Parts: sequence; structure tokens; C-alpha cells
Amino acid sequence: MSTQAENNYQNEWPLWEVFIRSKTGLDHKHAGSLHAADAQMAMENARDVYTRRMEGVSIWVVESKNIHASDPHESDSMYEPATDKIYRHPTFYDLPDELTHM
Amino acid sequence: MTVHSFQEKFDEKIDREDTIEPRDWMPDDYRKTLIRQISQHAHSEIVGMLPEGNWITRAPSLRRKAVLLAKVQDEGGHGLYLYSAAETLGITRDEMLEQLHSGKAKYSSIFNYPTTTWADMGAIGWLVDGAAIMNQVPLCRTSYGPYARAMVRVCKEESFHQRQGFEIMLTLAKGTEEQKKMAQDALDRWWWPSIMMFGPPDAESPNSESSMRWRIKRFSNDELRQKFIDVTVEQTKILGLTLPDKDLKWNEARGHYDYGAINWEEFWNVVKGNGPCNKERLETRRKAWEEGAWVREAALANAKKRAERKNKEASAA
Repeated sequence: MSTQAENNYQNEWPLWEVFIRSKTGLDHKHAGSLHAADAQMAMENARDVYTRRMEGVSIWVVESKNIHASDPHESDSMYEPATDKIYRHPTFYDLPDELTHM
Repeated sequence: MTVHSFQEKFDEKIDREDTIEPRDWMPDDYRKTLIRQISQHAHSEIVGMLPEGNWITRAPSLRRKAVLLAKVQDEGGHGLYLYSAAETLGITRDEMLEQLHSGKAKYSSIFNYPTTTWADMGAIGWLVDGAAIMNQVPLCRTSYGPYARAMVRVCKEESFHQRQGFEIMLTLAKGTEEQKKMAQDALDRWWWPSIMMFGPPDAESPNSESSMRWRIKRFSNDELRQKFIDVTVEQTKILGLTLPDKDLKWNEARGHYDYGAINWEEFWNVVKGNGPCNKERLETRRKAWEEGAWVREAALANAKKRAERKNKEASAA
């Protein structure tokens, strides 16, 4: 049987992550998080909490439990394959100085 | 990896001025210190709405009322940013609220003083928010990422809070004799509690050393207090008011103002719960939480009902 306190915590509104597009043409960017009973309420709360000063033209809300994040302790092996492929960058190529229109 | 190498990696990151993120390994004490500091900070924002809320219905003009409402609304928002930052460390929102309501968690003692006149809205915005900003600006570069990002947002929004407070003080100070007296009286009452907001003197601040090492804090309590006093003395001159400290004097050699002895006995007394409004503030918060329970439950029930209806419609289609 669970205690009163545990019951209270289980009744907490779920956590949502808020992403905001600050103006048209830009990506949505993580702004923060909030609690809400459902998506509609999360959207309304996001409007009130994160866009009181015209910070956004579009809002995404995602329930936090649906976000899968990479493990920082595996970063070394995760990103290692990219480190020795500098030929993927334009600066890798040795071209003559006269070549100005490229 | 062994615990030792985790610790080494953490220390290296701190030394490199890298930020620590929620899923990174961190020492238990670092986590505990952050949870304590961030939740205390969040509680201060929430309880801090109460002394000002006291004047919303009695603001002297529609303009002042709209501004005060916006400021108090910001404070609610700032509390939410900070609670969210603390939640990334593994504590729940409800746990934090329970700690506040049981008196286990503290909030800034300044909010345990009463707001008896309209001039207090000026003094709070100018001095209390001014001191808070002085504390918060360095926190924008604190080592824990979610806390630093929350503080950037808070600082951006808070700069109007201090300006509107100074404007109220200036209007009163340039007003009738009675209004000027009211402004001076507010300054007299709020000055000492405001400079106590930076916390006990460095020599008696037990948590400071590790917080500095972990780059949670970047300046000591006394450094920030001195900085605040130096700028506030100049601002007071513009108001034509007098700071209630007869020992306040420019010290050429130090390049700072010297100031009189702070009554730390009063400070600890208020921290321990014996300030003029401690009981009233906690009681108000508890009551709001308890009387709002049905709203929280109803919202969950409504969300569930809406989801079920949606499911039914989807299966019928």
C-alpha cells in the first residue's frame, strides 16, 4: 500500500517540454518545461509562462517521457566516427588563391 | 568507469568552465547543494508574490496596477522556471512544495516583512529586486546548465522590476511632503533587510566554499553586498533620500563605501521563523495549495475524460 505522500506525487500533472519558434523561418528551440494535465493545457500554460513578451510565433509541447536522450557517458564512442573525417569540411581542400569565385 | 574517474571528469569540466547537464555524473553533494539552492530560490519567487499581491487592488492608478500585476505574474513564472530546473536533478515539484509547506525548506527572509504602505512597492522593486538582480546576474554563468539558462530568462525579465520600483520612489520623493516622508519611511524599513539578502558574512557562510569551488557561486556574499551598497548610495542621491546608516562613508583607500554593523541577530531570528510575517506567509501558501487541490484533481479527471472520448471517436471511425 502506498502512503499518502506517494499518492500525492503520483497525482502530479505530467511534465512537458516546451519548444518555441521565436519568429517565422527559424527552428523551434527548447524553452523550458512545465506541468499540465494534458496537451491543451500544456499549450495554454506554455503561452502564459514562456511567451509573455512576444517571444514566439509557434509553440510545440511534448510530454517529457516521450523524449529519448543520448547518454552523455557514451559520448566518446557515439561521436568518435566523425572525428577523423575532416574531408567532410570545405576547409580540408587545398585550392589556389586565384580561385575567388567559389 | 570508477567513481574516482567520474569525479575526475567532473572536476575537469568544472575547471574548463563547461556546464554540467542533467544526465552528466555529478557528486551527491553538488546535486544536494543545487536542489537546496534552486528550490529555495523558486520558493522565494512564489512567496515573494505575496507582499506585492497585497497592493494590487490598491495601486494608485491603472498604470501602476497593470505594472504591478505584470511584475507579480513574472515572479510566478520565475518560480516555475526554477522549479523545473530543480526537477532535472531528480526531485519532484510536489516534494519541493511539501518541503516549503512543512517549513523544512527556506525562502528569502525579506518576504517575511510586511508591506504597510504603497511606497513599499517602490522600495521592494528598487532595493529587493535590485539586490536579487545583483545576486542573479552571476548565476547566469553558474555551472549547472538548466539553472544558468533559467537565470538568463529571469534576469532578462527582471530588469523592468527594479526600474518600475525606482520610478515609484522617484515620483513619491518629488511629490508632496507627505509622499516624500512615505518614501523615506519605506527606505528606512527596507534598507537593512535588503542588504541582509546577500546572506551571512563570508566568514560565517558555511556553504560558500564548496559552492565557489563548484562554480555554483562566483562572488562571495560580502563582495556582492559591497557592490550593491556602492551603486545604491549613488541612486539614493538622485532620489534625494537618506540611507538609514550613519556609518555609511566613502573610503578612498578601499574604493568602496564603508557601512555600519548589520544586525545579524535579527537576520537569524527571521530565518528561524520569528519575523513579522513568517506564519502568515506560510499559512497563505498552505491554504492556496490545499484549497486548490480540487482544481488539480478536476484537471486530471477532465484530461482523462477527453483522452477517452478521443479514443472512442478514433475506434468508431
